[in-house]
Amino acid sequence: MRFAVCVFPGSNCDYDTYYVIRDLLGQDVSFVNHNTKSLGGFDCVVIPGGFSFGDYLRAGVLASKTPLGNAIAEYAQGGGLVLGICNGFQVLTELHLLPGVLLRNENLTFLCRDVYLRVENNSLPFTRRFEKDEVIRLPIAHGEGRYYVPEEDLRLMEERGQIVLRYCDEYGNVNPQANPNGSLFNIAGVCNKEGNVFGLMPHPERACEDILGYRDGIILWHSLVA
Amino acid sequence: MKVKVLILPKKGLLDPEGRAVREMLLDGGFQVKDVKVGKVVELEVEKDTDIKALVEKYLVNPLVEEYVIE
Repeated sequence: MRFAVCVFPGSNCDYDTYYVIRDLLGQDVSFVNHNTKSLGGFDCVVIPGGFSFGDYLRAGVLASKTPLGNAIAEYAQGGGLVLGICNGFQVLTELHLLPGVLLRNENLTFLCRDVYLRVENNSLPFTRRFEKDEVIRLPIAHGEGRYYVPEEDLRLMEERGQIVLRYCDEYGNVNPQANPNGSLFNIAGVCNKEGNVFGLMPHPERACEDILGYRDGIILWHSLVA
Repeated sequence: MKVKVLILPKKGLLDPEGRAVREMLLDGGFQVKDVKVGKVVELEVEKDTDIKALVEKYLVNPLVEEYVIE
């Protein structure tokens, strides 16, 4: 598979993502910068974490208006696989490729710690190697991760299986205590109607090797090349 | 011409920044009922600029923000 890793000014998880794809998955991977106009020829596009354009105005909005932002929208509308991690998730909501928005964390602090997540939808190209309702552990690192979507959209999303990951405790219970940032419905990751665009706040690229203490993240990457 | 756009979190939406500011003001002895924290964008544009389109397409996310043009 040919992967593209998007690099905006301020992206900072680009090399971690590149490393996982090249060294751990053994796949072909290239960086594409914010002036890139076309993503033709790639099998999957990854928007990594970071602070694109310094999070100015709203996180992800300036990146969404670049030539690469347009190329991502075109690529996704053509059915291409797009994965947005953390700031990448924010970019995807600003592109309107995913429903909802990510707001400032409820307690206003930047959160950098591990969370447990329940896999609600394992039928996506991004999640097919997980079990349904499997509990996984991944790190989060964000200041604006409070997912919000209007009530009527939430209901539709639930019906369509667009809610992919939810924050839970280590036993898989989804409750307010397990919600780190005040996200609606404990939502940590969502996909579009078609299932080819997926955004999540946790960092699967940081949880791929035993030396780092966990490897639940690699399952997501293996799902893509399965 | 100069245009000012005031952007505020939508009514009814949780605004933790506003809440934190309100708590600070209450601690300071001010009886404040509600605080909202938003932003101001000042633009210098040609007269015939479609400000509404500019604001709605680029500056505001209508899901969670509302705005006033001055």
